[in-house]
Amino acid sequence: MNLRRDVFQAIADPTRRAILLLVSSQSMTAGAIASNFDTARPTVSKHLQILTECELLRQEQNGREIHYHLNPKKMKEIAEFIEPFRKMWDDRFNKLEDIMKNYKPKK
Amino acid sequence: MSQKTTVHAEDGKQELTITRVFDLPLELLFKAYTDAEIIAQWMGTKVLKLENKNHGGYRFETADAQGNVVFRANGTIHEFSPNQKIIRTFEMENTPFATQLEFLEFESLSENTSKINIHILYKSVALRNQILQLPFAQGINIAHNRLQDIVQKLK
Repeated sequence: MNLRRDVFQAIADPTRRAILLLVSSQSMTAGAIASNFDTARPTVSKHLQILTECELLRQEQNGREIHYHLNPKKMKEIAEFIEPFRKMWDDRFNKLEDIMKNYKPKK
Repeated sequence: MSQKTTVHAEDGKQELTITRVFDLPLELLFKAYTDAEIIAQWMGTKVLKLENKNHGGYRFETADAQGNVVFRANGTIHEFSPNQKIIRTFEMENTPFATQLEFLEFESLSENTSKINIHILYKSVALRNQILQLPFAQGINIAHNRLQDIVQKLK
């Protein structure tokens, strides 16, 4: 079965978001990543596979070990991590603007 | 539609800037930041304390519908220059997030337009990235909860 993976599907899952957060500070092996979760190891492997397929993670051979690290280019591409933050401020500032447009100084 | 609010967060840096242009005269924009009643309206939070002066401070608190406090934040105001600048710290209470330093700059663009530039410095790159991702994580959680509510009703 050839399921097309897209980044939005990838980041919709809380475990996968947690994996991205973990790996964002340093590259890690699959074992090290799995040790941070109660989930069964094969489940974590599946998540890693999905994240790698949609290029959010990259594998790097490091001697005998495979390290996973974040692909900042892809993360930037989706900019989805920043967009909700921007949106939150945009909503706030829109409110501020509305309130002040109707502001009447108290006498 | 062009985006009025921009967030600039460079890779590998422990800072970010938020910029916004308003269809408001500078004085009104600045007032929105210094009047407790108005802050409460647009920030959606209760203002427990607000001392607009050099060496002043502030404290915000937000409660849910049941009256439980869900958010509390405070900070020290280091510099207060009317219609120009506020330098302050910001700390979310009872969270693992370290205090951040904020430089708020207000600028008049024309009689009826103004701009704010907020430059925030975090303790580390990792912390900045975590804070950046909070609304993202919360947004997804809210979406999940809503979905759960809907599914519950269908049962």
